[in-house]
Amino acid sequence: MIEIVSQERCIGCDRCVEVCPTSVFDTGPGGIPVIARVQDCQTCFMCEAYCPVDALFVAPQAEPVEPGSPLRDEAYVTAAGLLGGYRKKIGWGRGRTPGALRAVGPDLPRPTPAPPRKEHR
Amino acid sequence: MTVTGLSPHTHELSAGVFVVGGGPAAAWAAYKAAQAGADVVLADKGYCGTSGATAAAGTGVWYVPPHPAEREKAMAGREALGGYLADRRWMARVLDQTYEGVNELADTGRYPFPPDGAGGQLRRGVQGPEYMRRMRILLRRAGVRILDHSPVVELLVDADGAVAGAAGYQRRHDRPYRVSAGAVVLATGGCAFLSRALGCDVNTGDGALMAAEAGAELSGMEFSNAYALAPEFSSVTKTAYYSFATFYHEDGTVLEGAGSQKGRSVIARTLLTEKVYCRIDRADADAQRAMRLAQANFFLPFDRMGIDPFTQRFPVTLLLEGTVRGTGGIRITGDDCATSVPGLYVAGDAATRELICGGFTGGGSHNAAWAISSGTWAGRGAARHAASLGPLTARRRVSALGGAGLRPTGKPGRPGAAREVVAAVQAEVLPYEKNLLRHEDRLAPALAGLHSTWSGLRASLYGGDGAEVVATRQAAALAAHGRWMYTAALARQETRGMHKREDRPGADPSSRRRLLVSGLDEIQVRPDPVAPVGPQEYAGLRAAS
Ligand SMILES: Cc1cc2nc3c(=O)[nH]c(=O)nc-3n(C[C@H](O)[C@H](O)[C@H](O)COP(=O)(O)OP(=O)(O)OC[C@H]3O[C@@H](n4cnc5c(N)ncnc54)[C@H](O)[C@@H]3O)c2cc1C
Ligand code: SF4
Ligand code: SF4
Repeated sequence: MIEIVSQERCIGCDRCVEVCPTSVFDTGPGGIPVIARVQDCQTCFMCEAYCPVDALFVAPQAEPVEPGSPLRDEAYVTAAGLLGGYRKKIGWGRGRTPGALRAVGPDLPRPTPAPPRKEHR
Repeated sequence: MTVTGLSPHTHELSAGVFVVGGGPAAAWAAYKAAQAGADVVLADKGYCGTSGATAAAGTGVWYVPPHPAEREKAMAGREALGGYLADRRWMARVLDQTYEGVNELADTGRYPFPPDGAGGQLRRGVQGPEYMRRMRILLRRAGVRILDHSPVVELLVDADGAVAGAAGYQRRHDRPYRVSAGAVVLATGGCAFLSRALGCDVNTGDGALMAAEAGAELSGMEFSNAYALAPEFSSVTKTAYYSFATFYHEDGTVLEGAGSQKGRSVIARTLLTEKVYCRIDRADADAQRAMRLAQANFFLPFDRMGIDPFTQRFPVTLLLEGTVRGTGGIRITGDDCATSVPGLYVAGDAATRELICGGFTGGGSHNAAWAISSGTWAGRGAARHAASLGPLTARRRVSALGGAGLRPTGKPGRPGAAREVVAAVQAEVLPYEKNLLRHEDRLAPALAGLHSTWSGLRASLYGGDGAEVVATRQAAALAAHGRWMYTAALARQETRGMHKREDRPGADPSSRRRLLVSGLDEIQVRPDPVAPVGPQEYAGLRAAS
């Protein structure tokens, strides 16, 4: 779930408010968006991808993390390179290479073939 | 347009074609309708570009160059798994249309496909955010008017029952709105029952509810029990790389028979009584590197939790993805993705994908191809239909069709009841022992429970005239899906495709028919009079022509 909006990094562009598919954010006083409906967050990471200044962090848990969790601690998340980390991974943002250009997966191992079926048509 | 019973602050628009949804199917439909000359409005529940399964997940695409041998192999690939319910004529059309569409995405849409090392590009997969961002740009250039955060809640019909628009609620403006249109394309995605599968909470089956209210049928609803693997704590239902995985009991012994493609039932059965662990331990260093590049989102849960999935075991769960990676949906009655209701077209996961997948999942490649192809055909078909109406469109008197959650038959209930309905539906459709490991003894009571939930909500569930209406309609759509799904599951008295009946193991050759369900208060089920065109029938057709 969305856990962190970095007050320090946020430039108040409202992009996250606009792109969140489930309308989790509201525009906030002073331009910094507020997480208004956290229970509607579907943990899709899209806001993080769109924030132009890597100010957002979505914890991977589908429920809010417990209060003491490091994933709520901006200092920890920043130091671990996770703040806005998804945007980096897909290569969005100035000076980055689009991840799509390098997205060549491995050949998947074939599952063991199914026994032949009787009903062949 | 003349409209009755409009609240004074309703925002009114008109269009030639109104596309409902904002995923790939909707985007292709709107793009192609606009290219065909229609004036197009597209409305998404969320934001067109980030909303839906594809935007969040990314997809492999059934992109097969037009070489006869490769195409034959591609078509034969899932036929047996799908229980021979797919249709080769449709598969051939989809392969052609997808090839053309993906090439257009590369050439006109400038999607940055990876180089193939031989001067070409690898075009068999797309990353979600990039793909849908490009599609939005194409729509803007084509002059499509996009309404974000504007969920549609009901269809409008003219006096003859032809679809003449749709109505919804604009969350950001806090106002109801209506779009009158010559034709409507429903591309609202599948129904994943709010299970928190990746990107799927917007996919609550609203389109099928609206189509059923207009009298359309559904097909393949018994094949709506796709469950996807995910790390236990997370939403990330990316499943491809579990084919490199080994599954374990808590004590570290291997869980025999468990697997991602085959053997999900073993995992489900085990999860009923104990935790199941996983390690992606059959991938070498090269494969590991390639995985990270290809599907960055697969690694988000691991990297953020400090787990190395290649060396450490982690608990897994199975999340219901319903008709998103199942194949059931609104029945198609024409090559242009028309339905039995005039003016109503369908595309993507809102439509049945049995035509190309039979009873087996369309995930991994087919669904993405289907979204492109069916979107293209539905968009063009809707544009043609709208054009054929001419100036008549503007003079149609329309009425609104929405029932459950909108216009209760009894005394309107209190606000907030939608949440309870959702919980009641989930209690019947999420448990593996009911929906995945199917048996009449469990299906029948589950269906009875859903029926009673339906009668209750039909009488009293009410969203008022504010935003709550979106939640009540979603809840009604979930309940309707559960009932269609289990009605079809009880009617198919055999095991076929992903529909596995513990009490009816094995396929019954006389049941090689698609099943159609229809209705809301009363549900009917019947075999589709149109027989599937399997490999033999297809060869016969080709020989004859
Ligand atoms: C994790 C995951 C991985 C997948 N991987 C693959 C793969 O590799 N290959 C493959 O072929 N398929 C894959 N699939 C399936 C594929 O993502 C879907 O088939 C595809 O997204 C269908 O496109 P769509 O446009 O029909 O629906 P979606 O992409 O789900 O979009 C539906 C849209 O409709 C909107 N909407 C819903 N209700 C309303 C309403 N009432 N009013 C207005 N708008 C509404 C939603 O906001 C959303 O924008 C995967 C699915 C998941 C969940
Ligand atoms: S993770 Fe997805 S649902 Fe949650 S706030 Fe971000 S964009 Fe919205
Ligand atoms: S997208 Fe980023 S910078 Fe813009 S308002 Fe949201 S958090 Fe702030």
